[in-house]
Amino acid sequence: MQQNGVYLDYAASTPIDERVLEAMLPYFTTEFGNPSSIHRWGQRAETAVEDARESIAAIMDCAPEEIVFTSCGSESDNLAVRGLAMYAKNTRGARHILISPVEHDAVSKTAHNLAERFGFDLEFLPVDEDGRVSPNDLAIRIRDDTALVSIIYANNEIGTINPIAELADICRRREIPFHTDAVQAASQLDITVNHLNIDLLSLGAHKFYGPKGVGALYIRSGNTIWAQQTGGSQEFSLRAGTQNVPLIVGMARALEITQSESDEHNKKYSRLRDHLLGALPEIIPDTQISGHLSSRLPNHASFLFKGIDGNQLLGVLDAAGFGCSSGSACKTGDPAPSKVLEAIGLPAIWALGSLRVTVGRPTREADIQRLVQILPEAVERLRKISA
Amino acid sequence: MSGGVDSSVVAALLVDQGEDVIGIMMRLWSDKLVENRCCSPADLANARRIAGKLNIPFYVLDAKDTFKRNVVDFFVEGYVRGVTPNPCVECNRHIRWRYLLDYAQVLGATHLATGHYAQVKRRNGGYSLYRAKDLKKDQSYVLSILNQEQLSHALFPIGGYIKSEVRALAHDYSLIVADRPESQDLCFIGGGDYRLFLENSGAILPAGGAIFSVQGKYLGEHKGLAFYTIGQRKGLGISAPQPLYVIRKDLARNHLIVGTKDALGSTNFIIKDLHWVNGEAPDEKIRLGVQVRYRAAEQWATLIPRSGQKAEIDLENPIADITPGQLAVFYKEGECLGGGLIQP
Repeated sequence: MQQNGVYLDYAASTPIDERVLEAMLPYFTTEFGNPSSIHRWGQRAETAVEDARESIAAIMDCAPEEIVFTSCGSESDNLAVRGLAMYAKNTRGARHILISPVEHDAVSKTAHNLAERFGFDLEFLPVDEDGRVSPNDLAIRIRDDTALVSIIYANNEIGTINPIAELADICRRREIPFHTDAVQAASQLDITVNHLNIDLLSLGAHKFYGPKGVGALYIRSGNTIWAQQTGGSQEFSLRAGTQNVPLIVGMARALEITQSESDEHNKKYSRLRDHLLGALPEIIPDTQISGHLSSRLPNHASFLFKGIDGNQLLGVLDAAGFGCSSGSACKTGDPAPSKVLEAIGLPAIWALGSLRVTVGRPTREADIQRLVQILPEAVERLRKISA
Repeated sequence: MSGGVDSSVVAALLVDQGEDVIGIMMRLWSDKLVENRCCSPADLANARRIAGKLNIPFYVLDAKDTFKRNVVDFFVEGYVRGVTPNPCVECNRHIRWRYLLDYAQVLGATHLATGHYAQVKRRNGGYSLYRAKDLKKDQSYVLSILNQEQLSHALFPIGGYIKSEVRALAHDYSLIVADRPESQDLCFIGGGDYRLFLENSGAILPAGGAIFSVQGKYLGEHKGLAFYTIGQRKGLGISAPQPLYVIRKDLARNHLIVGTKDALGSTNFIIKDLHWVNGEAPDEKIRLGVQVRYRAAEQWATLIPRSGQKAEIDLENPIADITPGQLAVFYKEGECLGGGLIQP
């Protein structure tokens, strides 16, 4: 398999920044101690973990003890949603869960599981044609017995950004915990928690040039959640298990770099994104943009090509050297319309033909130009065999 | 790539020859109760794993809709009309050598290689289709519908090996493949009975009717002609001093005609939708080998062309199970010349 080619799937994962790798390396070998140990090896490892926590807290404008390290964004979502729901049910009898229909599976399947097995009442907020939740709809549906509200910050499939600060504000006034999945957002958007006014926020490091296998959950002090993994008293007894020191160090370094360089990167990202968003609907018939035109992740362009199987297009693009996605990773080739695209009201003839292009630090203008050059013929030829 | 031994060895051989190879698995339709035998989740995982080991890209092509329309519906409609269709032929015609070949070409492929046991050779500026080296595995019968354009893109890399050699190659290439038992079942029915599948298909199958002997004697009732095949002995539900076989189906009267073994067999039948692999139809009668079913023995016959893509086949010796809806496929010295659809 040829190793070169143009990777345009930075929403799926990103390469580890060299500076991040360098920061991590000593913690695999010489600095291998267990942060819970009494001796100096343990103390040095503990210092590394706590430095990382402080560094992330400084970026998010919160206290270090409000950050819990996990193994990934999905675990953070699980801990937030389950931890909040179980606590609310047992302390105040709250059984109502409010989420949007465009959540990542880590939130929506967890909420479904709570409804099916633990008797919670799961309700979905409506979304508009761009996949956005309106603060008014939340204000109408939130109840005294709402255990939690969870709304994705920026959607992974269609890139649309939700009005998180306004939504959080409604929850704050009703004293209902508000969680947001910021796994996609953290690489580009503001994650200062006081500005956003949120109670809980999930992160995953490999979306911002950090390592796979590490994430974090911000929990505003004053909010109680129940641990879902019990054992040792690591992570304030909210997440038992020896901390993965090198990955935590890498996550902190990656977030520092991402935040300090975000203006520069975002400027380039939006230029490339807008090139795609402007060009493709012009040159390919029966093409529309999915998600909001401007209130979307700077690096995220997504499209719908009527009447094709998006998985076939991904194969054709890969064979031509371009790594793209249809929005949700599905390798079984079973063309089921995505729940997100169904939620924004798209019929299958459109929803099956989705393409997501997400740019990253190494992406060049020439890469995008080449993609724009080859896409029209690829779509046209696939339409011929689909007919 | 199905995850099985044949297509895995095909991929490994081509990679070994230095070809630029892409693996494709098709998702085919199946009865909702069972997975299609060609593409279960375990097969998918296995095929993906083999592609990974061979370091080739691997894609899954969804073909459920087109397979349902062109293969499964065709199969059911054939039984509704009272014939015994061959869905594997239709799968090769519409799915493998049209839909899959089209997609492979959009991917930029010059050739489509499959794990079929058959051989294609360049001859006189054209492409000829031959039986496989392993005659027990030969699949040229279901490929007899291919034309020159399709054959110009076709590769059958294991057609020159016998099955045990293919297994040895899989071992040599360290391919961990499921050594599934050979199955005569249709892939979309799983292990189930086709009669049950037809009953559950929702199709309106012809009603039951009378069973008569060849001599015209009423013997009992049948459950619908779709549920019987020519030459069938078991399950007739009538007792007789000698074993009785289905001799033919009288579609017009909805009668099942049965008789003793000596009544089985015919030397003459009509075929339509004549197809010649080299594209050239003979204009006068020709002596050739005829195979009337997948894996049946080849028999000498004379083909007499008729107008409108039809022909008459005169066999030199009678064949017991000439079944309308199946193909009669022509051979000469191992070369598959083409075929036609056996008429009631």
